Amino acid sequence: MNYEAVIGLEVHVQVKTRSKIFTRVSTGYGYEPNTLTDPVVLALPGALPVMNKAALDAIIKAGLLLGCEIAPVCKWDRKQYFYPDSPKNYQISQYDQPICLGGTVEIELPGSARNVMGEHKKIPLTRIHLEEDVGKLNHGANDSLVDYNRAGTPLMEIVSDPAMHTAEEAYAYLTSLRATMIYGGISDCDMEKGQLRCDANISIRPVGETKLGVKVELKNLNSISYVRDGIAHEIKRQIGVLERGGIIVQETRDYDGMTGTSQSLRSKEMAHDYRYFPDPDLMPVKVDEAWKDKLRAECPELPFDKQRRFLADYQLPYTLTSALVWDHALADYFEAAAKLSGKPQATGNWIVNDLLRELGAAKLGLADSRVAPAHIAALVKLVDSGTVLTNAAKEIFVEMFATGDQPDAVAERKGLNAAPTDSNGLEQWCRDAIAANPKALAEFKSGKDSAINAFKGPIMKAAKGKANPKLVDETLRKLLASS
Amino acid sequence: MTSEPFYQTIAQLAAALDAKRLSSVDLTKAVIARTKAVEGRVHAFNSFDETDALAQASSSDARRAAGQARGALDGIPIGFKDVIAVTGQPLTASSKMLANFVSPYDATVTTKLKNAGAVVWGRLNMDEFAMGSSTENSANGPTSNPWDLTRVPGGSSGGSAAALAAGEAIATLGSDTGGSIRQPAALCGVVGLKPTYGLVSRFGLIAFASSLDQIGPFARTVEDAAIVLGAIAGYDERDSTSFQTEIPDYRVDLKQRQGPWKLGIPKEYFGEGLDPEIAAAVERTIAFYKGQGCEIKEVSLPHTQYCLDTYYVIATAEASSNLARYDGIRYGHRSQNASDIVDLYFKSRAEGFGAEVKRRIILGTYVLSSGYYDAYYLRAQKVRTLIRNDFLATFRDVDALITPTSPMPAFKIGEKADPLALYLCDIYTIGVNLAGLPGISVPCGFTKSGLPIGAQLIGQPFRESELLAIAHAYEQAHDWKNKFPAL
Repeated sequence: MNYEAVIGLEVHVQVKTRSKIFTRVSTGYGYEPNTLTDPVVLALPGALPVMNKAALDAIIKAGLLLGCEIAPVCKWDRKQYFYPDSPKNYQISQYDQPICLGGTVEIELPGSARNVMGEHKKIPLTRIHLEEDVGKLNHGANDSLVDYNRAGTPLMEIVSDPAMHTAEEAYAYLTSLRATMIYGGISDCDMEKGQLRCDANISIRPVGETKLGVKVELKNLNSISYVRDGIAHEIKRQIGVLERGGIIVQETRDYDGMTGTSQSLRSKEMAHDYRYFPDPDLMPVKVDEAWKDKLRAECPELPFDKQRRFLADYQLPYTLTSALVWDHALADYFEAAAKLSGKPQATGNWIVNDLLRELGAAKLGLADSRVAPAHIAALVKLVDSGTVLTNAAKEIFVEMFATGDQPDAVAERKGLNAAPTDSNGLEQWCRDAIAANPKALAEFKSGKDSAINAFKGPIMKAAKGKANPKLVDETLRKLLASS
Repeated sequence: MTSEPFYQTIAQLAAALDAKRLSSVDLTKAVIARTKAVEGRVHAFNSFDETDALAQASSSDARRAAGQARGALDGIPIGFKDVIAVTGQPLTASSKMLANFVSPYDATVTTKLKNAGAVVWGRLNMDEFAMGSSTENSANGPTSNPWDLTRVPGGSSGGSAAALAAGEAIATLGSDTGGSIRQPAALCGVVGLKPTYGLVSRFGLIAFASSLDQIGPFARTVEDAAIVLGAIAGYDERDSTSFQTEIPDYRVDLKQRQGPWKLGIPKEYFGEGLDPEIAAAVERTIAFYKGQGCEIKEVSLPHTQYCLDTYYVIATAEASSNLARYDGIRYGHRSQNASDIVDLYFKSRAEGFGAEVKRRIILGTYVLSSGYYDAYYLRAQKVRTLIRNDFLATFRDVDALITPTSPMPAFKIGEKADPLALYLCDIYTIGVNLAGLPGISVPCGFTKSGLPIGAQLIGQPFRESELLAIAHAYEQAHDWKNKFPAL
């Protein structure tokens, strides 16, 4: 039998705010345990939460970027369960009135080849809500210690519909969602720091069946590759169970990316009754149009929209756009350079091939680059005008990357300009070349335009490879016309 | 009238301090001496810190000597219910759970009173986590009523009421969730004010039921209550439920505002179960206002019969959640006999909480459980709205309501063993909390056996000035404030 998988993702994204969601203590990663705390974070007797508006701004912005409906009023609920990482033994979250409803994440599936755009899909979202992150348990041999530094960091829970069917789709979803959050300045989404965490709900059903199968929740998918691998593994596992005549049990499973295996954490019988109720310490929040408009104005163009624009406006090849648009800063860098050079494709090639290679080799980020968009544009113009040849330009780039000097200064210093620039010497070489090849002259005269190339080799040889090709071409045509 | 400083009012003492007839150190010493003399019988305090109090008094005297006194409260010893955080002082809620807890921070009211120069004095006994109406539910044992040591002072702020009645403080703070300031004030013969919900910050108040809790003053006179309220009221950015409103000078207002007022008598508050002596005393109070030209009108609060049920759903639901943090993990009582994390939760909480607290946590957990939420919690919230609407409807016709504060005078310690019988102590006070209104209990006489009786005045939201003025008018015409228990 053929099976179809149905996949929904629950993604937790830490919102990048300076202070915690309900108090003024700083957020942060890698600090001494329990230093980012105060009476509110530690849930001391009498402490009260107060909403951090920056966290609300961020989630509303995220909702706007993903096309969600923003609730006119949102409220806060207590999700109650006992665990030492939760200082109040309830988590302030949103239960029945999430701030963002609906919306979509646009994804692109792999194309037929690297240079061919793949199929685009819009994965529908169920909801996004805001809650507080919990602390972290560190288990020792004889004890477990709690660190509340993370507790109270604003956290968005982004829930997709069960609308994906392959591990590749889930991978593409997460990649796109992550880029959107980074683009919007909402989160850095560093999975190693736990800024983005993903759980997957997976079920399978015979192809053609419309009813959902029994779902299994897969946890601890702590890299984007693990999400893909874990889901692929789980689909295979479920098919295996059914094919052996077994039944799928509703459960939570832990995926181990190192070994590529999973094991059961708990079954449905142990499910919590969270006893949600509205938090009486916090007031509902009204989100009016003015607030949304202000945030809408701060929303950047999303990567796929940018890619469509780059393809249409700059006529860039697909591979080049794919290399440019996923990094907001790089895309901006490209646009600045292309505007100056007037030659988008050549500009894009320099950035993607040379700049990224040199940055990678030097282990630097774009922000560290001594080569500014103006450098790239100047270099493109030097090549385009024939002032420097392509090979020389490559050498110029490396020097320019190391020193930050302008390309013309580098060319001058290293003698890399195309020569001669005086047309007299060139004209003589051209006359010599025409005189030496009457056959090509005759062909050209009879209308074969490409015959002109036959003269160029000897000219370049005479010029020791430093002739300006454009100038050579112009001079030859002028002389041939009068011959 | 007594000349003992510990039985004088803030107004009198402030005048004496300003006139240099008295120093704050002398006043504080007198209060400490009085406390030591009677505390063995009254047991109003969980703890007190003499050295700290005298140091604060000494600072106050220095300010006054330098001409930098901060107002009427500068140098006045004020007792704190053991549910309000004071930096460096125990904060126990009269629970074994927090027996060794010392607060590392100040509640907003603490900060405000310190800024006003008050001497923060002692930790006052109460029903554990403010759950009770007699102060018998304290891990530290009951407090006695200074008017009859065999009787309860009421509760949950029984220590706050008893300490004031016994001269162990000049004013005290309590908290009121269902009557916990007004009822003990009535039973101990002092003034007790529960402000409008949102007028006083709850930051630093150990939460019982967040949507009902309010901090308020106990004082010898309405004027003193106005002075303390003026110091602690106001918007606080650390409490999202505090309200942005202009704080008037209550002390000036209560003297300037004159009647006659229109007063409503809710008929549901004078029915079965009301002690006849209390009914008679409240009737005399009503008659006084009538004699002053006030229009007296019978009104109806038709949903009154649902107040108690509604309260015990909402208050216990919130409490079950608010008290979840007491788990022995970060602070507080931790069982030494636990084998794993779940066992640690069970044993720490089983050992740390008293019977009434457990009863309410269990009830609250039940009403929030899956499948019961709609039938209990959600429905109770709807009834709560009806109850509030009842009150607001009466205020279209009247300025304030007059009722008894408590259906009964102080009862014997141990007399009410049935928790449901105790819940009935709050039938006249609970509606005010559910509706978020201000309420004040003022002494209005004594039973034949010499137990104090209180009348409750209920006002409109954020109109404490008017409520205080109405209470003040009665108080000025009567001598109850000058009667003190024979201790």
